[in-house]
Amino acid sequence: MIEVRNVYFTYPGGVEALRNINLTIDRGEFTAIMGENGAGKTTLIKMFNGLLKPSRGCVLVDGIDTREASVAELSRKVGIVFQNPEHQLFAETIEEEIAFALRNFGFPEDEVARRIDSILKFTGLERYRGSSPFMLSGGEKKRLALASILVFDPDYLVLDEPTIGQDPEQKDKLLQFLVEVNRRGKTVIMVTHDVEFVAECKPRVILMRKGEIIADGSADKILVDENLMKSTSLLPPQISAFASKLNLHRPGCTILNVDDAFRILVDLYIGG
Amino acid sequence: MLSFLEVFRFRRRDSPLHRLDPRVKALYLLVMSVISIVYYSLAAMFTIFISTIPLIAVAKVYKEWIRSLRGALFLASMIIFVNMLAGYLSGGFSLTMDVVSYAFSMGLRFLTFTSVFSIFFLTTTPEDLSLALEKLGVPYDYCFAFTSAIRFVPDLALEIQTVIDAQRSRGLELEKGNIIRRIRNYIPILIPVFIRSFTRSIELAEAMEARGYGASERRTSIYELYMKHSDYAIVAILLCVLALSILLRIYANWY
Repeated sequence: MIEVRNVYFTYPGGVEALRNINLTIDRGEFTAIMGENGAGKTTLIKMFNGLLKPSRGCVLVDGIDTREASVAELSRKVGIVFQNPEHQLFAETIEEEIAFALRNFGFPEDEVARRIDSILKFTGLERYRGSSPFMLSGGEKKRLALASILVFDPDYLVLDEPTIGQDPEQKDKLLQFLVEVNRRGKTVIMVTHDVEFVAECKPRVILMRKGEIIADGSADKILVDENLMKSTSLLPPQISAFASKLNLHRPGCTILNVDDAFRILVDLYIGG
Repeated sequence: MLSFLEVFRFRRRDSPLHRLDPRVKALYLLVMSVISIVYYSLAAMFTIFISTIPLIAVAKVYKEWIRSLRGALFLASMIIFVNMLAGYLSGGFSLTMDVVSYAFSMGLRFLTFTSVFSIFFLTTTPEDLSLALEKLGVPYDYCFAFTSAIRFVPDLALEIQTVIDAQRSRGLELEKGNIIRRIRNYIPILIPVFIRSFTRSIELAEAMEARGYGASERRTSIYELYMKHSDYAIVAILLCVLALSILLRIYANWY
């Protein structure tokens, strides 16, 4: 469980990035943190593995205060995949890139080899095994960055803008993949602007604006609330906006994506 | 961790010193440097150092000034120490008052340089600096390279921090191990930073070419430098001060 209690954070330059954040993310939850640029989303996730320590208040990860543990200890539990893979790729081969975290965390060599094999298969990067990370396309680099975190199997998987630069096919794979990881009991937290992607996952949604949490609830409550979304420079998914205009949402079944719309329309025509 | 790079971040402010023509400020830099070199007594050095403080007040840059002085303090104390040591060894293992005062004035000379250069760089925008260099006959390509290097320092600092964060999130512990291990720990930081810098400069070059960089032989500037009456007045004062201090040094044997 990640508990954020009355957290304030001010950057050394004097920019107040977080204001009185209170938040509990349980184990096994699937959460999306959304909001306009500069709302404090990335600052917030950097609190989860202790890269940033609160100026006031505290953050507890499984009961451990982040001020009292090293970033390495916390990262073993909370794996953060950064937005731009170019900020982390450095090794000569893809294998080495993936092994980096495993070696840092002191995994035995046979375990390292076994895990690399399985993650390469899983992410479809197997054929690049021995090539340089810098040869990969943008989307592949992004997957490699994800693989390099996933490989040590953290309890909490935190992703910063995972869909940027991914084509629809890769997004779809990522979606299935995150759902699968979550189904296996991992906590998934993603920071994203991609409402259509969130509409497919239907996670818990936390909306942020100017360093504060302005809404926290299920996707089908928050994503369709046009005024709320607009207040932090987002828009509901197109199909939800369309359904709102036609008054198609039903209690217990909000239209967030094409499948939802299809179900309701079929009901309407066949049932009516 | 990267706070020392803050020194390079120019903050736009307004003061009589900021509005001064950069060439006049460059002359100030030159005059002060010459004076600090021809004089060497502790009293003279102290006077020169104190004379820079009102300018800091006028330019309203105390905080940054204090920060650069603090940065220079270590080197200044090294200079004092080495001078004393040399005086002690050459003076037959005794420390005379002269040696001590000379050592301190050398330390102070360094702080004076720091102060004068701070005044210059804290009150001159990179664009002004580039214009001034151009007026002094430096080719525009070099001026541009110089100013863009300064301009990208804050971006670079931010980027280094992000890379450090990303690698620490993969379990990298920079402070772990013996000295060799610690140096090796920086490889995962340096490689992404270098590669990003190369990519960035190529992108910058392409973006500039797309906007017509180098398309015309004779480029013009939006801003031109003009010397105002006040600028000329200050040039006159500076030259008088320079002449007077050199005359006093030579004929009155002040030091």
